[in-house]
Amino acid sequence: MSDSLIALVGNPNCGKTALFNQLTGSRQKVANYAGVTVERKEGRFTAPSGRLFKLLDLPGAYSLEATSPDEVVTRDICLGRLPGEAEPDLIVCVADATNLRLHLRFVLEVKRLGKPMVLALNMMDAARRRGIKIDRAELQRQLGMDVIETVAIKTGGAQALVEHLDKTVDTQRAQPFDLDADPHLVVRRILAAAVTMPSATDALDDRIDRVVLHPVFGLAILAVVMFFIFQAVFSWAAPLMDGISAGVTALGASVTGVMPDGLLRSLIGDGIFAGLGSVLVFLPQILILFLFILVLEESGYLPRAAFLLDRIMFKAGLTGRSFIPLLSSFACAIPGIMATRTIQDPRDRLTTILVAPLMTCSARLPVYTLLIAAFIPERTVWNLFNLQGIVLFILYVAGIVSAFAVASFIKWMRKDKSEHALLMELPSYRMPSPRNIAIGLWERALIFLRRVTTIILSVTILLWFLSTFPAPPEGATLPAIDYSLAGRIGHLLEYVFAPIGFNWQICVALIPGMAAREVAVSALGTVYAMSGSEDAIATQLGQAIAAQWSLATALSLLAWYVFAPQCMSTLAVIRRETNSWRTVAIAAGYLFALAYLASLLTYQIARALS
Amino acid sequence: MLFVFGFFVNLSELSPFTPAVIDDVANAAGDDPIAKRLRELGFVNGEPVRIVARGPIGGDPLLVQIGFTRFALRRAEAQRVHIHLA
Repeated sequence: MSDSLIALVGNPNCGKTALFNQLTGSRQKVANYAGVTVERKEGRFTAPSGRLFKLLDLPGAYSLEATSPDEVVTRDICLGRLPGEAEPDLIVCVADATNLRLHLRFVLEVKRLGKPMVLALNMMDAARRRGIKIDRAELQRQLGMDVIETVAIKTGGAQALVEHLDKTVDTQRAQPFDLDADPHLVVRRILAAAVTMPSATDALDDRIDRVVLHPVFGLAILAVVMFFIFQAVFSWAAPLMDGISAGVTALGASVTGVMPDGLLRSLIGDGIFAGLGSVLVFLPQILILFLFILVLEESGYLPRAAFLLDRIMFKAGLTGRSFIPLLSSFACAIPGIMATRTIQDPRDRLTTILVAPLMTCSARLPVYTLLIAAFIPERTVWNLFNLQGIVLFILYVAGIVSAFAVASFIKWMRKDKSEHALLMELPSYRMPSPRNIAIGLWERALIFLRRVTTIILSVTILLWFLSTFPAPPEGATLPAIDYSLAGRIGHLLEYVFAPIGFNWQICVALIPGMAAREVAVSALGTVYAMSGSEDAIATQLGQAIAAQWSLATALSLLAWYVFAPQCMSTLAVIRRETNSWRTVAIAAGYLFALAYLASLLTYQIARALS
Repeated sequence: MLFVFGFFVNLSELSPFTPAVIDDVANAAGDDPIAKRLRELGFVNGEPVRIVARGPIGGDPLLVQIGFTRFALRRAEAQRVHIHLA
């Protein structure tokens, strides 16, 4: 008995992924389809008879006349045309029982392919609650296929489907079907014959939407929700981040403690453990953020937020759906860029990915704090505002304004001027299922850890090599990093960076600082030959740079950090999410160019004024 | 009682909560994927339709109830949908 390959297809919001989770539990593998960034989810389950099923969760599609990369994948797999993917033995088409008029049309379209298929009539619980009556026998007769009722969010809610598949998978044959009839007319006929709907909408949905989509209350609720998420990401994550950072440092110390002083110890301590720590520390923020995003998505609120903000975002060359990824990027661009998968139009998605690094992420804060504390006097302005706070606020605003400017520029530059469709379905509100949320979080964590750490680790090790070799000569007086390749590159870079006011110490620190923004602080500490804990370095460093740098240099470095993509993880995740080194090069190139330009202007203007 | 006089408009001009019926979806240009997708989503002749909400800024986008489903359409998209009042 060989494994049977089953493909799950259906409209977006039909509960297909919930059904997939219900059937396969945690036995699933998430990857991308070859060559595209469409997510490929495969799982397995064993039927009571012992038969093994392989299940493929295809991307949601409104039609097989594909308009997005997701729909292309779905169509090609159904047809057995996607290279490297086996043709499924059976298609399980999932339809929301409360939304049959839309979903049955897609069922008919899939049926036209002439493949063996069954219909899973999902969300039967919601249908019963709303008094929707479906004559299953009549539906089977009209459609010419088996129809199985499921409740994907309930344990055991897919039992009937499993039993049915177990019994019939070998005997399923494609049924003949009238190919010429207008599908809309066929759907009307089937609905009239087999379905009674007391009302077109859910009364509860109507009531919630009247508040949530209200021009005033709706925006107020959105602001509160976002503020809460923002707070949670920063305050809940902080202790976990400190814990991870301390844990990795302690682990590194205990490992390197038993090693003899030398190069290997430095590689493991300063390279691998420091690199690992700088990546792992983002995990709590990523998980908390995704917890909120998944809950908002599952509950049906996310498309409502996109609805409220679409107009503003559209003016700037984005879409309402860009809002959540961009908001996430204030915590960290990595989850932000990962969250762009909710944007359907590939052009809008690309623009969002390109501008996401401009949002002021939390890793910039150590750099900002150091420079602001050292150079901006603690003074009250107009008896109300703290000058240091104002500078920080300006840095945040600069990021947002430039993101909108860049998005508008991309829109203006783009050759393909064809209209971007919104055409967004606002699904019924649903209680998020803890099981689906947990599986979703687990997937995101794995993607982050597996894909990003490999790249990050190799880059940190490379940077360690650059900062360590060659070793300082006998009787060296300057810090060791100054004699290394990184030091030499830094000295060379000084010619490039002199017009924007960076001295060689800054240039040298920028090289290890490519790993992550906050690494620049400890790298500056190394260059100024300081040792001790991070906080101690920051305090000493503040005094040292306040004495040695001009205000213009400090402001210039602040401007640099608004733009510069000094974060390997972000570039790695852009590569992963776009599957294109070219996009990474464009993102890094334009961000560095903006950084240089902004620093040049800041430095020259500040010098002229002082 | 506008329908008595055969009052035809497009969906972007419809007032909220006014029941209407779709005539057809017109292509904005020669080959219009958005119009095609609208038809696929059920914006076809004879289908009842109604606006249930509008975006907070400039009344854009529109939230359209069609069949059992709600779609958010930008005004430019809704302009393709020709309707008459029910």
